[in-house]
Amino acid sequence: MAHAYTPGLKVSSKIRLQKRRILPLKGEVTVKVGDMVESETVVARTELPGKVTPVNAANILGVPATDLMNYVLKKEGEMLKKGESYALAKSFFGLFKTTLRAPDECMLESVSNITGKILLRSKPLPVEVKAYIEGKIIEVIPREGVVVESWAAFAQGIFGIGGETNGILKMVCNAPDEPLTPEKISAEDAGHVLVGGSIVTAAALKKAIEHNVKAIVVGGFDDQDLRNFLGYDLGVAITGSEDKGITLMVTEGFGPIPMAYRTFELMQKHQGQKACVNGATQIRAGVIRPEVVIPMRESELSEELHVEAGSLKPGTPIRIIREPYFGMLGKVTELPSALLKLESETKARVLKVQFDSNNEIATVPRANVEILET
Amino acid sequence: MNKKPEDIKVIIATDCGSTTTKAILIQYDEEKGEYRQTHRGEAPTTVEAPFEDVTKGVLNSVQELAELSGRELLDEDNRIIKERTENRGADIYISTSSAGGGLQMMVAGVVRSMTAESAERAALGAGAIVMDVIASNDHRLPHEQIERIRQLRPDMILLSGGIDGGTLSHVVELAELISAADPKPRLGIGYKLPIIYAGNKDARENVSGTLEEKVDLVIVDNLRPVLERENLGPARDKIHDMFMEHVMQQAPGYKTLMSWTDAPIMPTPGAVGAIIERVAKLNDIEVVGVDIGGATTDVFSVFKDPEDEKPVFNRTVSANLGMSYSISNVLAEASLPNISRWIPFPIDERKLRNQIKNKMIRPTTIPQTLESLVIEQAIAREALRLAFIQHKAFATTLKGVQKQRTIADAFDQSGTEGTIVNMMNLNLLVGSGGVLSHAPRRNQSAMMMMDAFRPEGITRLAVDSIFMMPHLGVLSEVHSQAATEVFLKDCLIFLGTCVAPVGQIKQGKDVMKYSINFPTGTEEGMLKQGEMKLFKLGVGEEAEAVFEPQGKADLGEGKGSKVETIVHGGVVGIILDGRGRPLMTVPDDKDARIEQMLGWLENLGVYNMEELRALGKA
Repeated sequence: MAHAYTPGLKVSSKIRLQKRRILPLKGEVTVKVGDMVESETVVARTELPGKVTPVNAANILGVPATDLMNYVLKKEGEMLKKGESYALAKSFFGLFKTTLRAPDECMLESVSNITGKILLRSKPLPVEVKAYIEGKIIEVIPREGVVVESWAAFAQGIFGIGGETNGILKMVCNAPDEPLTPEKISAEDAGHVLVGGSIVTAAALKKAIEHNVKAIVVGGFDDQDLRNFLGYDLGVAITGSEDKGITLMVTEGFGPIPMAYRTFELMQKHQGQKACVNGATQIRAGVIRPEVVIPMRESELSEELHVEAGSLKPGTPIRIIREPYFGMLGKVTELPSALLKLESETKARVLKVQFDSNNEIATVPRANVEILET
Repeated sequence: MNKKPEDIKVIIATDCGSTTTKAILIQYDEEKGEYRQTHRGEAPTTVEAPFEDVTKGVLNSVQELAELSGRELLDEDNRIIKERTENRGADIYISTSSAGGGLQMMVAGVVRSMTAESAERAALGAGAIVMDVIASNDHRLPHEQIERIRQLRPDMILLSGGIDGGTLSHVVELAELISAADPKPRLGIGYKLPIIYAGNKDARENVSGTLEEKVDLVIVDNLRPVLERENLGPARDKIHDMFMEHVMQQAPGYKTLMSWTDAPIMPTPGAVGAIIERVAKLNDIEVVGVDIGGATTDVFSVFKDPEDEKPVFNRTVSANLGMSYSISNVLAEASLPNISRWIPFPIDERKLRNQIKNKMIRPTTIPQTLESLVIEQAIAREALRLAFIQHKAFATTLKGVQKQRTIADAFDQSGTEGTIVNMMNLNLLVGSGGVLSHAPRRNQSAMMMMDAFRPEGITRLAVDSIFMMPHLGVLSEVHSQAATEVFLKDCLIFLGTCVAPVGQIKQGKDVMKYSINFPTGTEEGMLKQGEMKLFKLGVGEEAEAVFEPQGKADLGEGKGSKVETIVHGGVVGIILDGRGRPLMTVPDDKDARIEQMLGWLENLGVYNMEELRALGKA
């Protein structure tokens, strides 16, 4: 195989992003084209009709169903406050009173003189869509939602857990190969997006949740810990709706793997800024990757990073993505054209790589490297 | 395609798998007067970013073909050259595709523990991954359910609900929910999202009215017509058909690819199935074939109907079992102990789990070390085993006649009664797909197939030499002569014959006396329970053999009955498998299990034993 694999993960210091923000049901768009929005700005909302609760009113009041209307204090369609009485019956010359009160804020929907029931409808449930990223509204889709555009620093991960969140970016590891351990997390980290190095341990993840950390961005995560965290074995990489109290973005893979230097550097550069994180991942045709978006308000025009992949040449910086050199970085030194027999006895097209860490030269299959975007 | 078959001398064929795109070059040898496969190229399939265009992988694989063959196949504009001259171009270009990957579904039903659960079972039975179950009583609000459908982007939805004559309103509400979600196909190209309705028959009209405009709606029999009975067959079969026809082959760039080919693109399992059926017909034998890919594992069988002796072809696509995109699902389905039992050295569970997940997220990598290879082949055994269990449950004598399950056996997933698959009658077992076709030693392929399929009696084993059955399947539609010649000369590699007595005998006891007249001399002896033996007998060679099963052991002629037969050789040879059927249990003790496994592997020459034993000491 002459062509190197690249998962095509985008890491860019400045990119123009557009996000569609659409309501699940038709409703009202609350912003207009040109408006500037924050992550938390509600851009569209709708209301779900509230639940209906039937009350066997005639029975409770001890009156005939046909006469029920005479005992109802409110009109159909009228709003009721919590505890407000809406029906009253007196007996024994007014000595005994039976009152029906609203269990919660609701609307008196209807009164039936056939069944003797009163229907109360709870408050409509608001459904809102927030902007997710700071930026400008560039399109309004009537009754459905908007498109938000923003200039941002942007990094995709390879795998994630949990949905959209945001917080202030904070580096908790000093180097890409440093593991994120529990002692690096404190109560001060509440509401932050923490950036670690090579791996986040299960204990650190637990502590982060306890301290209300919004998200963790890290090089690797152990599958055993993932299983314990989720409570099941993840069969296919389709995630995003896990409600675990935190969003996790893994940039490199499973096991301890130093975060790619470029990603680490980008996070370092934007420490203290607000970052929006989404762990949603779908690894299949039509792939979706987790992401960190760091919106920038003032845009200096700059070229979006263009990803050149698939061409291996001597000098190309690569990373090994399979054992026995998993995670190591180096540069291509030679691309022999003949097939070579590997230790596994598999015959494959290979390349020679000189590792950055120790200058040693090794032979690896071309299929087991990914080109580092420069 | 306007060319006459006799004018076709150079053929390019590709198979776009979920992970790798494989190209082969077939050329007519004027001197010998025959078609032969001459070169092969491959490249990662380019369905992911940054390319998101399947044609890029096709061009990369054809470029490799050009480099290896020295024949110019792409022009300056990077198009396949379709005008042939001596050293340039090809006459036709054809392709198969399974680039869309596995099948990920959502199912919906009224009551979570009733119709929704039946729908889930139907989808699982069809080899799908069920991403979520929507039910009227699942405690989620409508907008949450709608959001979920949009977020998950299922490949297909199975909508059920209500027994016949039961609730209408809840079923229609579910249909309205799906309509509101307005689900789009994941790859958003040229077709509507398939939705199968298998609920209350009285709600069909209302469901059609709600969904017809937006989706590709298909209506089948209610999967729970009455409370006490499930009828999963029709829904299960339809899921399968719709997946093959509408989802599997689709991928970004698929439309462009269609405009390049000289014959309609076939789904990979359709093409492989055509070849397997052909093999069975040509030789009048009973055959099982398997193609294990990155996202799916496809099993094909041709067995004779016991009633009328007519061959019946069955095909299943397990869209949840594969060696890259679906590899983690193999772990989830099979469980770690079932995978570890095939690994003949101690391995840290954490490390093993991480390796499996890393293969899922970086699907095109290949095993460089012996350790990685052994682990990958262990996982393959389980993927094959599970896919075959599914196939046996599917493979019935008549398409459309399905067993109806009562509520009492609704929870029994293992039942394969009524299956037409009879391993004792099986003549030939053929393996295809990367892990079987590209195993560094053919002995590894033989061992994987025996461990997973557990052939009974006397069965020939073969593999697709370099994974070209899909290509030849589609070629057989346009040039049957070329397809047949290449299949017989270049594709099918006979591994040899597996002789496996059925029965459970005590460890170490006599299972079968054998006497085989090899060209080099006669081999005689006694096979003991738990033993495996290999004798060399080359491709095309035959040997007379007499097998005498001992005690309760049976080789097809009844317990303890002698069998005199001719056995056929291959690149591996004649394998005597004394592990019993059902396959003997694996010892609980780790060291004993490893020792037993090492013994089998050594006897069959599966790996470099020195290096394998060193792994255990490391």
